[in-house]
Amino acid sequence: MITQAIFRAIDRKAIWLVSILLLVAVAVPAANLIIPPGQFGHIPVYLVTLFGKYLTYAMLALALDLVWGYCGILSLGHGAFFALGGYAMGMYLMRQVGDRGVYANPDLPDFMVFLNWQELPWYWLGFDNFWFACAMVMLVPGTLAFIFGFLAFRSRVTGVYLSIMTQAMTYALLLAFFRNDMGFGGNNGLTDFKEILGASVQADTTRAALFAATAVGLAISVLICSTIVNSKLGKVMIAVRDAESRTRFLGYRVEYVKLFAFTVSAVIAGVAGALYVPQIGIINPGEFAPANSIEVVIWTAVGGRGTIIGPIIGAVLVNVGKSYFTGAFPEIWLFALGALFVVTTLFLPKGIVGLIGQYRTMTTRREQHQRPEPTEHKPASDVQPKPAE
Amino acid sequence: MPVIKPFAILMLLLGLAFAANTPSLAQAPDAELSTLVDALGPGSFKDRTAAIDALTQTGDPRVVPVFETLAAGDLYMVKTSGKVVFIAKSGAEQALTDPVTNADLDTAAKSDLDKVKVNNSLRRTLRTAIGQLTLLSPNDSVRLAAAQSILRDADPDSLELLESAIANETDPTIKATMITARAIIILKLDATSLEQKRAAVPLVAAIGGRDALAQLSAALASAPDELKLTIQSNIDGLARDQAAWDVAQNVWYGISLGSVLLLAAIGLAITFGVMGVINMAHGEMVMLGAYTTFAVQETIRQNAPGLFDYSLAIALPLAFLITALVGIAIERGVIRWLYGRALETLLATWGISLILQQAVRSLFGPTNRQVGNPTWMSGGFELGGISITYSRLWIVVFAAVIFFALLLVLKRTALGLQMRAVTQNRRMASAMGIRTPFVDAMTFGLGSGIAGLAGVALSQIDNVSPNLGQGYIIDSFMVVVFGGVGNLWGTLVGAMTLGIANKFLEPYAGAVLGKIIILVLIILFIQRRPRGLFALKGRSIEA
Amino acid sequence: MTEKIDTMLYLDGVSVAFDGFKAINKLSIIVHPAEMLAIIGPNGAGKTTMMDIITGKTRPDDGEILFNGRTDLTQLDEAAIANLGIGRKFQKPTVFESQTIWDNLEMALRKPRGIFATLFYASDQADVDHITEILETVRLLSRKDDLAADLSHGQKQWLEIGMLLAQDPKLLLVDEPVAGMTDAETVETAKLLKQIAKTRSVVVVEHDMSFVRDLDSRVTCLAEGSVLAEGSLEQVSANPHVIERYLGR
Repeated sequence: MITQAIFRAIDRKAIWLVSILLLVAVAVPAANLIIPPGQFGHIPVYLVTLFGKYLTYAMLALALDLVWGYCGILSLGHGAFFALGGYAMGMYLMRQVGDRGVYANPDLPDFMVFLNWQELPWYWLGFDNFWFACAMVMLVPGTLAFIFGFLAFRSRVTGVYLSIMTQAMTYALLLAFFRNDMGFGGNNGLTDFKEILGASVQADTTRAALFAATAVGLAISVLICSTIVNSKLGKVMIAVRDAESRTRFLGYRVEYVKLFAFTVSAVIAGVAGALYVPQIGIINPGEFAPANSIEVVIWTAVGGRGTIIGPIIGAVLVNVGKSYFTGAFPEIWLFALGALFVVTTLFLPKGIVGLIGQYRTMTTRREQHQRPEPTEHKPASDVQPKPAE
Repeated sequence: MPVIKPFAILMLLLGLAFAANTPSLAQAPDAELSTLVDALGPGSFKDRTAAIDALTQTGDPRVVPVFETLAAGDLYMVKTSGKVVFIAKSGAEQALTDPVTNADLDTAAKSDLDKVKVNNSLRRTLRTAIGQLTLLSPNDSVRLAAAQSILRDADPDSLELLESAIANETDPTIKATMITARAIIILKLDATSLEQKRAAVPLVAAIGGRDALAQLSAALASAPDELKLTIQSNIDGLARDQAAWDVAQNVWYGISLGSVLLLAAIGLAITFGVMGVINMAHGEMVMLGAYTTFAVQETIRQNAPGLFDYSLAIALPLAFLITALVGIAIERGVIRWLYGRALETLLATWGISLILQQAVRSLFGPTNRQVGNPTWMSGGFELGGISITYSRLWIVVFAAVIFFALLLVLKRTALGLQMRAVTQNRRMASAMGIRTPFVDAMTFGLGSGIAGLAGVALSQIDNVSPNLGQGYIIDSFMVVVFGGVGNLWGTLVGAMTLGIANKFLEPYAGAVLGKIIILVLIILFIQRRPRGLFALKGRSIEA
Repeated sequence: MTEKIDTMLYLDGVSVAFDGFKAINKLSIIVHPAEMLAIIGPNGAGKTTMMDIITGKTRPDDGEILFNGRTDLTQLDEAAIANLGIGRKFQKPTVFESQTIWDNLEMALRKPRGIFATLFYASDQADVDHITEILETVRLLSRKDDLAADLSHGQKQWLEIGMLLAQDPKLLLVDEPVAGMTDAETVETAKLLKQIAKTRSVVVVEHDMSFVRDLDSRVTCLAEGSVLAEGSLEQVSANPHVIERYLGR
């Protein structure tokens, strides 16, 4: 049954995408490690790390797309799941520092010594173990998403209300993680990592391996998402997006459909965060900032929501642009990003992928297959209650 | 009672401050006074008593510190010149100060100085003399200051003097202060009789506040057993009063915070509630209003400094106009293409907010800008046990005015009527000849303009920086969502509830944790009532 | 009381108010197994609200609603009620426009609705045959791979009826099924509904009197949230109250 579902998911597009990602997973590290510096085709290590960062962002955007593009839930708090996964990995990396910290305390991370803590808080226990940390990377965001989603979807909080609630969630976490007594390093977060699985995080080989792991992780995420959206459940998700109440009258438990998508999406976002942290070398509360989560939305929108490849393209393109602009014209970047939000929503509702699709339909005149715009929005009268009295 | 009493003390304090600034009526020339002071130095105790009498005769308040220093045994005479001085240790040497003019003199080695000697009989004389100069001074404000000082120190030795002062006092306010001071001393002294003490307890309790609480608690330990019960019950009463004042103070802080939230949220309530449009750039409208205030003040500073107190009055209409125009431009340029697509509107307005932030950052720089308070907004006062600053008070008043003005606009004006009509049934309103695009633009302009007004107010209590709006946007949404969409009263109740709840949580949980708790509570609340406190029911809403 | 057990749908004294306005006022209606009931009435009579109450979209303030003589519907939500075997067609045809006609039916097909059952669902030959059969019934077989959005208004009505059939319900609530249909299509629809009503209970809300006549069923006229008249179409349309309040003249 499961193999059948996965098999069905592997349509031509997914095969292409996964193959390309696997190729990238081998080619980029090879170009860094095997081709010597200076020779044509060599990719310097900083670029490997940069590309790795883009791929984790692509994973995050894909996760968001699963809930937004396919299920109509605009989450403005996906950065929180990303950051939680990142913190779980960061805690493992902190434990690997051992007594090589500034205070050389074998039992406590530096910031705890600094705060005069005597012993490791209970929630840090177990993070010495890589596999435990990996489990937490998925469990913590997944559990949060499950609880939040359970409460929100059961009481039918939808549309902009849900968006604002997710934003409030990540904002609350931002405030919480800024506190020193939370035991997550407060303002500075977790940093100064030394080793991952015994290998130095600074080493070229480790960075290449992390890149490969990210590319493979993204490929697996593509497979998972593709399996889901190509299944009957995927069709029900789209049905929920387009006509939620109709889906209910068919006998589907809309809240569980949403809860499933939201939780799976949060887990993928958490894994993306966990892959991000060892490559970037730091995780701090800033990752919870509501602005970060909204930025993810625009990556997805630019690429094209409701498609698997769209968010990946969008995340990479926007972030390449960001890297360029913030380097060359830092003061222009926010103008550009702001304009991107406006232009995308006004002129590119289906993103780049939608644009290509339109171009194709125009050239091949297969007008029948031009899909209508997703109608996750309700008629204006629904969201406009009575006036103030 | 405790309501009135602290207020009276406040008035006394104000009088005291006044007294300190006014030169005393009785002031002798410096040289003459210096000669008299120098007479304290040489000779026997008898000569010194004569010198003290002579100084007391001058009635000059500057004599008092000299007497006090002498009584403490810290007055010195320079051996060579015979000049009497104040000293303070300065390295190996002693720094000398003229006791009359307070001018710095040379330094000298300790060996070059003689202590002006003092004995118990002389100390008594000094105390009486100080009392003469202060408690019995013909100047009301000096007497009051003296009474206040005794009230504060409650030195048992001054009891005798105080008794005579009370007997002579004619001014009822000063007399009351003296009697209260006497009561404190009576409670402190072991020698006083039980009846005296019993009578003193209510007097001390009447001071009210933490001071009375401290005095009575101290007295409780040494009090005779018969009195303990009375004192304890007075302490309990005071503690209850104090707790009530603390609650009142928190309520005030809460109302003040609630007004800020109301100001920030009310424009949002209009655009979100009436139009169903999520305006993520709302916070930036507040920010623009604040920067308008800054620009107005800068212009006034450079061109007409005399107008500074009117800067806010000038900034208010300007801020409203500017932000309303920006709002209309946003509505016409972007939002009207996105009606019915709430999530897209949210994203587009977020983009606009980024552009506005960066624009302001490029124009005014990324750092905080200083916006001054006009004189009528600085300072504060005490109301009973509550301290109130004028800036906060004005913001509460301003928020109330805006709120009711807006209610009037919605209820009584043609635009308000049209806004409500469009809200209830857009197509029908349009069929009846209401120009819905015009109404949309005006509604958005109104909402944005009010955000601009909020910005003027917030510039008085918050840092004016490009990020100003970001800090308010989530809180404002919480207010609107909590209060219920489409109902201004809901917004009011929402803002006040959140403001007060926040301030009550703060002492227990700290500011940040309090805020987190509030956010979590709202998230949970929305589960129970997805449409807020003042939700509208009906078939169309639930569709 | 034995009567209750034998009913498919049993409404007794049901009331609901919106902000003081009584949309449904002490409404009592009975539908027997394998029976068709046509409901007519002026706008605002509470016809759609009645369907909302039965399907769990709106909670009644008061009254008793039983399905199959024993299940209390007032305590269940939409999905649970749908899974009991109550299908609903909306006044405005609501199909999943961005998906194909085949997918619309596949989702409606009576199959386990759980998350994982849906995720790992793979259609077998029986399902394919069943969907094909329904497509033939609603005459959309040739367009099975088209998007539902591309259908005409009448075709969407048919697709929704097809989805109802795929759900295999015991009770069908059909709200204005022939709006936007040609006369020929209307006649076909009446035939189809009568066919369905041989094995299931059907409640039809309709304004089109000739269509109601074609249905040839028991008729209930609603006004202001309660029953105005009951009986055959002839009896109801002869009722002076009905003439005054609804049919006019």
